[in-house]
Amino acid sequence: MTKARIDARFAALKAEGRAAFVTYIMAGDPDYATGLEILKGLPAAGADVIEVGFPFSDPMAEGPPIQRAALRALDNGMTLSKTLAMIAEFRQGDQTTPIILMGYANPLINRGFETFARDAGQAGVDGLIVVDIPPEEADPLADALDAEQLSLLLLSTPTSDDARLKVILRRTSGFAYYVSVAGVTGVKEADADVVAPHVERVRAASGLPVAVGFGIKTPERAAAIARVADGVVVGSALVEEIATGLAMNEPVTDRVLSKVESLAKAVRSARVESLSV
Amino acid sequence: MKLQSPVNAPAKPNDYTAYPDAAGRFGDFGGRYVPETLMPLVHDLDAAYSAAKADPAFQAELSSFLTHYVGRPSPLYYAERLTEHFGGAKIYLKREELNHTGSHKINNCMGQILLARRMGKTRIIAETGAGQHGVATATVCARFGLPCVVYMGAVDVERQKPNVFRMNLLGAQVEPVTSGSATLKDAMNEALRDWVTNVHDTYYLIGTAAGMHPYPEMVRDFQSVIGQETRRQVMEMEGRLPDAVVACVGGGSNAIGLFHPFLNDEGVQLFGVEAAGEGMETGKHAAAINGGRPGVLHGNMTYLLQDDEGQITEAHSISAGLDYPGIGPEHSWLHDVGRATYLTATDTESLDAFKLCAELEGILPAIESAHALARLPDVAKQVGKGGIVVLNLSGRGDKDVATVAAHLGRTI
Repeated sequence: MTKARIDARFAALKAEGRAAFVTYIMAGDPDYATGLEILKGLPAAGADVIEVGFPFSDPMAEGPPIQRAALRALDNGMTLSKTLAMIAEFRQGDQTTPIILMGYANPLINRGFETFARDAGQAGVDGLIVVDIPPEEADPLADALDAEQLSLLLLSTPTSDDARLKVILRRTSGFAYYVSVAGVTGVKEADADVVAPHVERVRAASGLPVAVGFGIKTPERAAAIARVADGVVVGSALVEEIATGLAMNEPVTDRVLSKVESLAKAVRSARVESLSV
Repeated sequence: MKLQSPVNAPAKPNDYTAYPDAAGRFGDFGGRYVPETLMPLVHDLDAAYSAAKADPAFQAELSSFLTHYVGRPSPLYYAERLTEHFGGAKIYLKREELNHTGSHKINNCMGQILLARRMGKTRIIAETGAGQHGVATATVCARFGLPCVVYMGAVDVERQKPNVFRMNLLGAQVEPVTSGSATLKDAMNEALRDWVTNVHDTYYLIGTAAGMHPYPEMVRDFQSVIGQETRRQVMEMEGRLPDAVVACVGGGSNAIGLFHPFLNDEGVQLFGVEAAGEGMETGKHAAAINGGRPGVLHGNMTYLLQDDEGQITEAHSISAGLDYPGIGPEHSWLHDVGRATYLTATDTESLDAFKLCAELEGILPAIESAHALARLPDVAKQVGKGGIVVLNLSGRGDKDVATVAAHLGRTI
C-alpha cells in the first residue's frame, strides 16, 4: 500500500531532475516546543521529506548522537502519543511534506499495531521505519499499516544480497531506504562510489525511488550521494547541532535550520553542478 | 508467596521440548527482532548451529572439552545440613560452581566458541553483567587464541572489579559502557552496535538463553548438560526423578539448562526465582515475569520491565547477574502455559541465604544462586518430607564477598 503524499513528492522531484533531501530529527528533542518549531521550519529550510524519530530507551542501532537525542527527548517527557500530537500540529500548516516515523518496536507493540496505525494515519503520518522489525517479523505490522494506507519502509543494507533484497522489498512501499554502511547511525562515513551500484540494485529490484542514509554529514558528501541516489538522508549531523546549541547556550532552532539550508542547497545543486563540469 | 500456576494459561502442548518452531518462537515469545544488517548473519548462525547440532564430530569435540577442560560432570551433592535445617524434602545441590571459571557460564561458552571456530570467525564479542559470562568467554578465547572484547556496564565494572581484572589477565579487552543505566542491558546494546558494525569477522557470544533466534535455543541446548546430568545422577542416587527443581533466573540460562530435560516429566515441578531487589512493592526489582509485561527488546518478544509508554525501565538487584529487565523467551512461554512457576527473592533474603549456605554447607554461593536458595525453604516445605528437591548452585560466591561485606557493614 502506498501513501499518496510520498509518491507525489518523489514524482515532483523526479520531474525537477533532483534528489530528495530527507531530514531526520528526534521528536521532542530537546523539548516539545522547540522540537515542533524545528519541525515546522524544516520544509522552508529545504527538507523534501521528514523523518521523525520517536524516542526509545534502548536504541541499539544508533550511534552516540541519536542515543543522546533520544535521552534528551525522554528526559523532557516525550512519548509516542506526544510525537503523534506534534505531527498533527505540523500538518495544520503543511499538507504536502511526507512524514516518516522512525523508531523501535516496543513502543508500537505496547500501543498495539492497529491502534497505532489508526492514530498515526489521523495525525498525518505517511510511512514508518522500525529498526528492529525485519521482514521475518513484519507481517502483522505491515497488515495494520496497509489498512490505514501507510507505507512500511524496510531497510536494505550492505549485507543484503539479491535474494535478501526480494524478501525486504516484498512489503516495502513509498520509497526504498538503503543503509549505506554496516554500522550504527552517524559513525562511519558513506562513500558515493561504493553506494552507487547498490542503489542501482535496489532500484531495479524495487521499482521505487531509493534514498540513502547513515553516515552523511557534510554538504559535499550529501551532494555526492545526491548524484547517485533519489534521496539523501541526514540525521545525526542535524541532531548534533541541537547538542552543540544546547552546550553553547545558543538558539538550537536556528542552528538546525541553517544546517538544513546548507545541506539542501548542496543536494539541490548536485546534479546541475555535475552536468556543468 | 506465590506458588500457584496462572489461571488463564494457554493450552498445554503435547511435547514441551518441540520448541522453538522454525521462526524461533516459543508460542508468542522469541523471534528475530534485529536490525536488517544483522539478519543475514542471524540466518547464517542458525544454519551453522543446526548443522553442528546434528554433527557427531562437533558433539564429540564439545563433550571432550566439557570433560577435560571444564571438569564435567559436576557433582550432585546431598545437602544434609540444609535438609535438616529446613525440615522438609531432601535437598540436592547441582554443583555448577565447581566448573572451571566458577559457574555454569562456561558450558555455553565452550559450545559457542567451537561453533565460532567452525564458522571461521576470528573475533569474539560478548556482554557481561556480573562478569561470570565475561570471564568464561575470555577463558575460551584465550584457550583458542581468539581476540575478545567484553562489553560491561560501567556500574558493573565498579561492583565486580575482581572479574574485570580476571578478564584482563585472560587477555580480553573490557569496554565499560556508560550509556543508559550502565548495566547489563546497556552492555548488550553496545555489543549489538559492535556486531552490526563488524559484520564480516565477528561472532557475538551471547551469555544467556535470550536474544534473537537461534540464541535462546542454542544456549539452552549447551546448558541442558546440567539437567541431563542431574537426571542421571538423581536416578543413580535415589532411583527416581526429583519432585521439584529450583534455579535463579535473570536471563535464565542456568534455569532453562536444568529445566529442559525435565519439561515432559509432569511430576517434576519447575521453580525459577527472579530477583525482587528491594521488594516487588517498591518497584525496584529485576523480576520480568512477576513485575513486567510482554514486549520486544534485544531481538526477542518476552516479558520485560517497561513503563506505560513501552520504554524499558531499569532493573534493580544486588546481583549484577540478575540485574536485567528481560528474561529468556522460553521462560516467558513456560510461565504462560503454566509448566514452570516463577517466584521472587529480595536482596535481603538472598543475603541471608548466602550466609546460611556458607555456614551450614561450607559453600559460598554466587549471590545470583543465593536467590534460588532463598526460596528453598518454601519449596522444600511444599514438597515435604520424603520428597526430593534439586537446586542449581549455578556459581560460586568468591566474586561477591565485597558486596556481601558492604551490606553487612564490614570493610575488607
